Amino acid sequence: KTRSYDWRVTQLKNMLRMMDEREAEIIAALRDDLSKHEFESCIYEIAMLKNSCKFALKELKHWMLPEKAKTPLTSFPSSAEIVSEPLGVVLIISAWNYPFLLSLDPVVGAIAAGNAVVLKPSEIAPVTSSLLFKLVGEYLDRSSIRVIEGTVPETTALLEQKWDCPVVVDSDTNLQVTAKRIIVGKWGCNSGQTCVAPDYIITTKDYASKLVDALKHDLEQFYGKNPLESEYMSRVVNSNHFSRLTRLLDEDKVSGKIVHGGERDEKTLKIAPTILLDVPRDSLIVNEEIFGPLLPIVIVDKVEDSLDFINSSGGKPLAAYLFTNNKKLKEQFVATVSAGGLVVNDIALHLAVHTLPFGGVGESGMGSYHGKFSFDAFSHKKAVLYRSFAGEAPLRYPPYSKGKLRLMKAIFAGSIFGIISALLGWSKA
Amino acid sequence: MEETLAELRETFKSRRTRPVAWRKKQLNAILNLIHDNEDLIFKALYKDLGKHPTEAFRDEVGVVEKSVRDSLSCLEKWVAPKKRPLPLVFFPARGEVLPEPLGVVLIFSSWNFPIILALEPVIGAVSAGNAVVLKPSELAPACSKFLKETIPLYLDKQAIRVIDGGADVGEKLLNLKWDKIFFTGSPRVGRIVLTAAAKHLTPVTLELGGKCPAILDTISNSAEMKVAVKRIAGGKWTPHIGQACIAIDYVLVQEHCAPTLIELLKKSIREFYGENPKDFKSISRIVNKHHFERVHNLLKDPEVASSIVHGGSVDEEKLFIEPTILVNPPLDSEIMTEEIFGPLLPIITLKDIEESIEFINSRPKPLVIYAFTKDEAFKRKVLSETSSGGVTFNDAIIQFICDSLPFGGVGQSGFGRYHGKYSFDTFSHEKAVLYRNFFPEIGPRYPPWNAFKLLFIRLIYRYDYVGLLLLLLGLKRY
Repeated sequence: KTRSYDWRVTQLKNMLRMMDEREAEIIAALRDDLSKHEFESCIYEIAMLKNSCKFALKELKHWMLPEKAKTPLTSFPSSAEIVSEPLGVVLIISAWNYPFLLSLDPVVGAIAAGNAVVLKPSEIAPVTSSLLFKLVGEYLDRSSIRVIEGTVPETTALLEQKWDCPVVVDSDTNLQVTAKRIIVGKWGCNSGQTCVAPDYIITTKDYASKLVDALKHDLEQFYGKNPLESEYMSRVVNSNHFSRLTRLLDEDKVSGKIVHGGERDEKTLKIAPTILLDVPRDSLIVNEEIFGPLLPIVIVDKVEDSLDFINSSGGKPLAAYLFTNNKKLKEQFVATVSAGGLVVNDIALHLAVHTLPFGGVGESGMGSYHGKFSFDAFSHKKAVLYRSFAGEAPLRYPPYSKGKLRLMKAIFAGSIFGIISALLGWSKA
Repeated sequence: MEETLAELRETFKSRRTRPVAWRKKQLNAILNLIHDNEDLIFKALYKDLGKHPTEAFRDEVGVVEKSVRDSLSCLEKWVAPKKRPLPLVFFPARGEVLPEPLGVVLIFSSWNFPIILALEPVIGAVSAGNAVVLKPSELAPACSKFLKETIPLYLDKQAIRVIDGGADVGEKLLNLKWDKIFFTGSPRVGRIVLTAAAKHLTPVTLELGGKCPAILDTISNSAEMKVAVKRIAGGKWTPHIGQACIAIDYVLVQEHCAPTLIELLKKSIREFYGENPKDFKSISRIVNKHHFERVHNLLKDPEVASSIVHGGSVDEEKLFIEPTILVNPPLDSEIMTEEIFGPLLPIITLKDIEESIEFINSRPKPLVIYAFTKDEAFKRKVLSETSSGGVTFNDAIIQFICDSLPFGGVGQSGFGRYHGKYSFDTFSHEKAVLYRNFFPEIGPRYPPWNAFKLLFIRLIYRYDYVGLLLLLLGLKRY
């Protein structure tokens, strides 16, 4: 039943309806779990998911069509195609930082591909988890889509995946725009608790102070003089993560490097946007994934050195960013930096582009999704070959002979002349 | 082994394997390797498996050549970044997907087609620009030795190595961290590979096996029926006497067709191998004593033995088992629950051919389903109601050489795929790249947030350009 086009469309339409009708509850749940501002919830979670559904609805008929494939001379006469079929019953485990989007976006792909689904949302975002249980039960087909809540030791797994997304800032760049985009990509997205948030910046000695000044200026514009009291900033998700982050800040070799921020409030679990300059390369903050509102800046002599730094940093990041006007540097960056995805002159925007695959490589993960890539991730692409009974070739069967070998070689080589001469007994084996 | 891996990592890091010229050089080297050593390869295959040169060419040497030539002619196209259209709201911006190599990859090949199953993945890995370690199967020692000695003479030693040995070597290799592991073999060992890879978060492609069924529908035209049965016989016995992951494992047929099927099969066996297959040069052997005993044991169950209608004789010394046909052995016997991988062909009769669908669905998903039928509605049913790696209608085995079709399994028969461009993709990471400009800057992206900014972005996400215009002109309420 999950295979029919109508079933898939009904589920996706119901999901859209769910978001329209229950938006207020979703925003409230995200605020409870993460102090997420309505803006971030609407844009980074709800609107993105709506777009995902709409895109899938628009393209689904097209995705479900078999893809024709060419057939070689050696299998003439025949026709071939690739048929997408669902894998069966899939398990989706999602994270706590975008608990709504990261739970339902893969579900969109799984449903579009015709699978039955079990969703296990993160228990670290408990209010959203319960809400998902309730809403999925009400709006989606209970016989094929279920939500299971509960504790699974996944917190450690999240930390072990190094997603250190570096940002390289060249001195030849538009500083005003660069600073703004870095800020909104880092602190405007769940206070840095985003898999594609900039983890650290690499820039040259000379440019660093200019960059820090620009960041400070814009941070004040966005969050005011007392960011801990700003309603536009999300909080750290829970006290475990809060302790983890303060431990990174309080490490001896690092605490003296804070050039902005550093304030924290344990009661509200908020940490102010914090910038650190010229941190030692062996400090915890550079080597562990931050996933919070701390932004260290690593200094290099020449901007080209940053590419080596990224490639030798141990794991391939989920995303890597470069801000520059220099065409050659852009080309070098794209060709040599291996990451899940790259963005030049912006942060994280590639997530919203449905025609680009979103996923990691190496330590940052495997597989990709969004748009058609979601559909493909949850499909098996079945190869189908249609043959006719005509065109029987005795040379396929034993007993084998030198003549058959000659003819077969000619056919494989695709040479008409060779085939003719083999048939006439002219060519050598 | 750690040293080899470290050296290959250095080579990969030095970007030596990236230029298209290097990749083409390796591919041409493989072609030369095959051309220069064709006789040696035939000898090694005959020594390990009793394979006749024509079969060896058709299934191994010829396929390698074809694969290399296809890759050479398409490589530039595969390597090029693919532009991706972006919605207007992102203007000005450019999106593309850029394939890049994964790094150092480990390839395990199987013993039944020791040349093609080793070299085909190497072709993909090298086209994609990776460094490679190849571990051929020790059950085909002459071929393994050939690969170990010849590959370094043709391919770049700094980037491509062959490590031979038994299961202990395989285990040690699995403890190291690779950027990709490609495995061809049994589901049992596939599990071991996947478990080891999980520790390092290494992506894996598993090409496993399964019981590939052939459905034979009633075909009224007797000439076509003859062709169908000949192809079934060919699909069972000619790929290495049934020791192939895509060989037909068993046949499902309607009761009343069974006698005709059996007669025609016997005729085909006689045509292929003469009256005394044991003495025949065109017939392969079972690879070794262990597998000989395994296959022979399948016949020892008395209920199975009594279902034999043709063949059944064996010669332990020559590792020969006669092409054997059985009718309706018990469904819970080992011959019907385990992959046969040998020259025994059970025929299961059904009252109605449509029952074949339920029969197949109640068993693990196979690598291929073969269906011989002229009924278009039945074809559609088979396609949409069963799941398998692939489906081939009215023929067998030949889908292996269609490079434009992905070759791989699903469920128990494996995951991941290769051949042609799919080989290139399997060893690549498709990196998403987004290029943005500094202008124009959109104020509403940044805090402090307010209702105007919220509505602005909502409209952008909906691609509601008219709404946006109205908002900007102050004609929309927020």
